[in-house]
Amino acid sequence: MSAGAVLDIRGLGVDFLTPRGRVHALRDVSLQVPRGSVVGVVGESGSGKSTLILAALRLLPANALILGGEVVLDGEDVLRMSPAALRDLRGRKATMVFQDPSTSLNPVLTIGRQMIDIQYRDRVPTARKRDRAATMLRKVGIPDPATRLDNYPHEFSGGMRQRIAIAMALLCNPDLLIADEPTTALDVTMEAQIIHLLRQLKSEFHGSILFVSHNLGLIAELCDRVVILYAGAVAEEGSVHDLFHRPRHPYTQALLECDPARLAKVSRELPTIPGDVPDLLAAPVGCAFAPRCPKVFERCRREAPRLVADGDGHGAACHLVPAIASSRVGPRPSTGSGRGPPVEPVET
Amino acid sequence: MLYYSLQRVALAVAICMVAMTILFSLVYVIPGDPASLALGPRATAEMKEALRVRMGLDQPLAMQLYNFFANAVTGNLGYDVWTRRPVTTIIMEALPYTLALAGAGLGWAILIGIPLGCYSAINRNSLMDKITGIISVGTISMPSFLVAVYCLLLFAVHLKWFPAIGAGERGDLADQLWHLVLPAFAIGLGWVGYLARLVRASMLEVLGESHVRTARAFGLPEAMVIRRYALRLAILPTVTLLGIAVGGLLSGAVFAELVFNRPGIGLLVYNEAARRNYPTVMGTVLVTVGVFVICQLVADLLVALLDPRVRRSL
Amino acid sequence: MSAEVSRIAPAAAARVGGFVRRIAADPMGCLGLTLVTLLLFTGVFADLLVPYDPIKIAVPERLMDPSWAHPLGTDQLGRDVLSRVIKGSQIALGVAVSAITLSFAGGVILGLLAGYGPRWLDNVLLLLFDAVYSFPSIMLALAIITLLGPSLGTVVLVVVIGSVPVYARLIRTQTLTVKTSEFVLAERSMGAGRFRIMARHILPNVIGPLLIVASMDVPVVITIEAGLSFLGLGVRPPAPSWGRILNDGYTQIRDTPWIVIGGGIPLIVTTLGFTFLGEALRDQLDPKLRKPVG
Repeated sequence: MSAGAVLDIRGLGVDFLTPRGRVHALRDVSLQVPRGSVVGVVGESGSGKSTLILAALRLLPANALILGGEVVLDGEDVLRMSPAALRDLRGRKATMVFQDPSTSLNPVLTIGRQMIDIQYRDRVPTARKRDRAATMLRKVGIPDPATRLDNYPHEFSGGMRQRIAIAMALLCNPDLLIADEPTTALDVTMEAQIIHLLRQLKSEFHGSILFVSHNLGLIAELCDRVVILYAGAVAEEGSVHDLFHRPRHPYTQALLECDPARLAKVSRELPTIPGDVPDLLAAPVGCAFAPRCPKVFERCRREAPRLVADGDGHGAACHLVPAIASSRVGPRPSTGSGRGPPVEPVET
Repeated sequence: MLYYSLQRVALAVAICMVAMTILFSLVYVIPGDPASLALGPRATAEMKEALRVRMGLDQPLAMQLYNFFANAVTGNLGYDVWTRRPVTTIIMEALPYTLALAGAGLGWAILIGIPLGCYSAINRNSLMDKITGIISVGTISMPSFLVAVYCLLLFAVHLKWFPAIGAGERGDLADQLWHLVLPAFAIGLGWVGYLARLVRASMLEVLGESHVRTARAFGLPEAMVIRRYALRLAILPTVTLLGIAVGGLLSGAVFAELVFNRPGIGLLVYNEAARRNYPTVMGTVLVTVGVFVICQLVADLLVALLDPRVRRSL
Repeated sequence: MSAEVSRIAPAAAARVGGFVRRIAADPMGCLGLTLVTLLLFTGVFADLLVPYDPIKIAVPERLMDPSWAHPLGTDQLGRDVLSRVIKGSQIALGVAVSAITLSFAGGVILGLLAGYGPRWLDNVLLLLFDAVYSFPSIMLALAIITLLGPSLGTVVLVVVIGSVPVYARLIRTQTLTVKTSEFVLAERSMGAGRFRIMARHILPNVIGPLLIVASMDVPVVITIEAGLSFLGLGVRPPAPSWGRILNDGYTQIRDTPWIVIGGGIPLIVTTLGFTFLGEALRDQLDPKLRKPVG
């Protein structure tokens, strides 16, 4: 599977150095984005979603410490690249749409200036770059794009700004588009419009998309595969169909059970599950979800479960999974936690 | 932009008028009669009366204030008590020296301070950054008149590298520039440190902002990210500060002129203050207020020009 | 991790002690604290510390280089420079404390008026503050001194006129914030009078930040006093202000460098001390700037 992946993250661990101590933001996370597909990442605030995608382009803040693992983008390890090679890769092979459009565009430069600047690699006249920018703006639904290029970001509404950010990302025609909660900072109507736009663009854009969201409905609509992050580790992953219809991890089940109608309607926030996200100042012993898990048993507090997947690539990190899976596939004894290949196919 | 400019100019005019009124009323709030103060205890009643008439002090208060404003607008700041020359002429002779000094001080502070601040922010925690940090704190802590005295001691008296006093031969530009070096160095030194610190702080803030991360996510060359995307924003607080810095530099220039015995506003106002030459002192003070207010106005308009958000919101 | 514990542990009673300890733990803060304490100690006990009478003239011993008997040498009238510097710290502190106290009081009154009074008064006061602020500080001083004549009182007045607007602006901003806060609105809805609200709620809330600003103003005021005295427009001779010593040194600069060196050091030490202390204070009060641990 990973051979055809645009992005292949393996065993990534990231710590943040904070005044309160070391925060273990990501622990042994693996994730693949197959070429041409849309992968969604879901998780509560603080689950490490943003860290994960910033690490994908090595854009982590200075106080982040990469502990290990690799991030392979189009066959090259982003984490072990020279700064020059990294810069060459950003914007060409992968681009990013950030969460808050009110801060992600430079406030003192015109939209046109910024959209022309990102095409700096192309040796074509500026007028031509400007035309391209205008065309892309029209595509994302900005009326009168040629004039609007001379406006500054603050002269657009939030939704418009996010459209511009998306247009900028698509202008580079990247292999991978990474979107970090692109609708969270917008109001409901704006959100609906952006989702509509993304769905529309998905059919035109032939690259892969890594999509981070709170919004399960949006994920269900846009994505082919989903990865559920909990407390800096992958709780469950699989195809949208499998994961939403046969969730295996108690956390995913809880997410979905909170609102049965979730799949049908566009909902903005993840449902509330009793209990708190664990403090990641200390790496949890045993399963990170154990304190909130309704199905918790003694082993969960002692031993961290590893991700176990079936042949369809549907996997969950839960001690109960082999038992659940046994209804369909043969049971497989778990061999404790530890590193190693994150997704382990279950023999059938 | 036009509306904002007009508004800002109106504010500057209002501030100048209030400043004039303050200056005018100081004379009345504070005990003592300017004429008797100027002439000293041995003056006769007739002498005092004659001076009072000449200074317009015999007229009613409102009339005096009106005359003061009306004259100031036409560039007439009254007549020197001793020489009877127009105050405006006296000031215009001295002002270029002071402006040259303050400008040179500001110039070298900008030329060194801003690049130093940028470099420190980009190479945070490097050796150069730490050295800059220590030197900034050191230079900010040195009162400029003390720097002037120490420069005089070290470079002029002890090492004899630079001339100690005067502003150089009239008409000899090289000599005048040569005389400008030490005083300009002295009054600018503190601002070098201050600017370096400010630019470093605002640059670090901007570099941490989301839009810089966007620029980097698109792989823009680092030089472009720094110059076009970060510095444009980081420079804005500095521009505002530079307008305010002029006030400090003018004060510094007064001291430097006295330490290096250079002609200029400082030496003029100091000498005339000692002689209680009230019209000349007040006129000079007023002109410096005007210069300061204009510099702040220019700085604010420049910020509006550089920052589209200010331009549109006002 | 022990630093972590000590940051959380102190109870309300021990808070001030803990605060001082944390500042002392930072090398810069420690240096600042030491220098400032040294200045305060010297200022308070100046009369006990001076080795010679700071104003006693001894012409035969004039312009002596530093020696064990006179660590900073003697001036053109044979006075011991070290004794004058020590005595000068008393004058510097005296001017600073009195000027800042007066500015503080004036600033609180005008600031409360601007922040809590009617709108027109606010605008008038703001314009007035701007106007005072538009005088380069030395020019305002020279204008006032021309009219009043040089004296210690004039120096204090110059500082007060120059800094009242600064304090008043701060108080005004704080007042506006507190004025619209919920507890003040609640109090008002229960019919509390203006003065009660000002005295009981607004003042205690605004005074804390102002005290820090005021303490950081000490070196500024000391520098102004020294500057004016250096110009011969401040403290009258023979009182040994630091600026006065510098002026003596300046007139003798071709004969001996020691007087300006000796007279300048305390000024530099004072400003450095307060700057370092201020940095440490800011680091402690603004947790965002705290360095990461681990």
